[in-house]
Amino acid sequence: MTAPLLNQKAKISASFDAEAARADFAILSRQVYGKKLVYLDSGASAQKPRVVLDTMRDFAQSEYANVHRGVHFLSAAATDRYEAARRTVQKFLNAAREDEIVFTKGGTEAINLVSYSYLSPLIQPGDEIVLTVMEHHSNIVPWHFLRERQGAVLKWVDVRDDGSLDIEALDAAITAKTKLVAVTHMSNVLGTITPLKEIVARAHAKGVPVLADGCQGAVHETVDVQALDIDFYAITGHKLYGPTGIGALYAKRAHLKAMRPFNGGGEMIREVMKDRITYADAPARFEAGTPPIIETVGLATALDYLMALDRKAAAAHEHDLLTYAREQVKQFNWLRVIGDAPGKGAILSFEAEGMHAHDLATILDREGVAVRAGHHCAQVLMERFGVTSTSRASFALYNIRADVDALISGLHKARGILT
Amino acid sequence: MTDSALRELYQEVILDHSRHPRHYGALDGASHKAEGYNPLCGDRVTVYLKLGDDNRVADIKFEGKGCAISQASASMMTDMLKGRTAAEADRLMKGFLHLVKGEDASDLPEDDRERLEVMGGISEFPMRVKCATLAWHTYRNAVEEGAT
Repeated sequence: MTAPLLNQKAKISASFDAEAARADFAILSRQVYGKKLVYLDSGASAQKPRVVLDTMRDFAQSEYANVHRGVHFLSAAATDRYEAARRTVQKFLNAAREDEIVFTKGGTEAINLVSYSYLSPLIQPGDEIVLTVMEHHSNIVPWHFLRERQGAVLKWVDVRDDGSLDIEALDAAITAKTKLVAVTHMSNVLGTITPLKEIVARAHAKGVPVLADGCQGAVHETVDVQALDIDFYAITGHKLYGPTGIGALYAKRAHLKAMRPFNGGGEMIREVMKDRITYADAPARFEAGTPPIIETVGLATALDYLMALDRKAAAAHEHDLLTYAREQVKQFNWLRVIGDAPGKGAILSFEAEGMHAHDLATILDREGVAVRAGHHCAQVLMERFGVTSTSRASFALYNIRADVDALISGLHKARGILT
Repeated sequence: MTDSALRELYQEVILDHSRHPRHYGALDGASHKAEGYNPLCGDRVTVYLKLGDDNRVADIKFEGKGCAISQASASMMTDMLKGRTAAEADRLMKGFLHLVKGEDASDLPEDDRERLEVMGGISEFPMRVKCATLAWHTYRNAVEEGAT
């Protein structure tokens, strides 16, 4: 069985043309400090393909008006595009219904929406929320609010030393008091990909719903919310090669129907009187005010761009870059990689002996190499690994092996300057 | 040019201070203390002071964790502030802040300016200025609000 699998894998890799993809991203041809830009910070925010930028401009120049309001031509056209974008997100996540997709301003707002509208009304003092130590602050702080304000208890599931999640430890943390499991799909520091399907199965067996922070996961994995049977899944546009200011929450219809409104304002009401009010059905109930219309169209374009690719091949390409980088850094006995979970996504975090991440990032920057340095909005995880900061290279579909080579040569140089 | 800016930023004096910080550790019997923290990068500095008459810096020590720039700056600061009157320390800090932002620091006494100029390279790296100023702002907080 092994041989055919390998062949198939080789074929898959060959079917993704990274050089062709690079041509779609104009920014990659610029220089910084006279050096070729090597962008290894897509985990923080990805660059946008030309088609996204062009579509947003064309839409603004030919079809733009406010949505769901006017009876005029442009308002109808813009509303069509806005609602078509919802169907694009539905398709991207394979949701059963388009009204299970709520547009938010990003992943953070999507998770805050679940915290405020879904979970907060259910929380009694002592109720538990199960989290892993590798969550991004956006999947920690909304739950801290419920701890501070309503006496919820946060139960933290540790990761193994290689950064992988111990499903048995997570299962054991789910008790009769657990009201939600909130877990990342892919760690923004470790690259660890969590076994969502298994997590959902274990949690549902105990009657507990699951939220996944898919801000990183949806970029690298193909998501099927129905197959996962997941309750909530949050995404953000700007990491998916789309614009900032737009993201989405997938939520099962039954949950959405029970959830109280979030922001109050226009669009989310049915009727407003002096002494009473009724609300629109979801998703409109959770989309108060004029949404980021142009950005929503941009997000849909980015998702169409991704769905037109062979996504498995793109993921294999990113994984090849990670493997290559992982091999290259083995030559540095002063470098410790943080996060080596099997099957992890294309993120390489590391600590370098005698070199603080910020000093390292400054030197790499002058070589044209953009990496992230710091705690990556994951201080609980930093504490787990006994560090205050790490350097992180994250690989996107437009990166190539030459980018890894530039990183490695920058590391040599930094070592020469700093030690 | 790129290289020379980097070499100037990470010159030997700075690396030496970051590797072998002066006046490092807690100060027994400190009269003032403050903790500085940069939430963006996680750099931490605690400054301990013994202030004499008219807030003269009779003794000063620091503890911290962070990048080479933040730790070197803290170490150099303790070296330079020790023994200074409040007015002298104030002038030193103002001059330093000018220097790291690439502004005119000519009102610093010449020998002070010469010693601080090794930090001048930071002005080419605006994203890193906060690293250099963390210790000084923490010192200021200790004097103003840090009586123990």
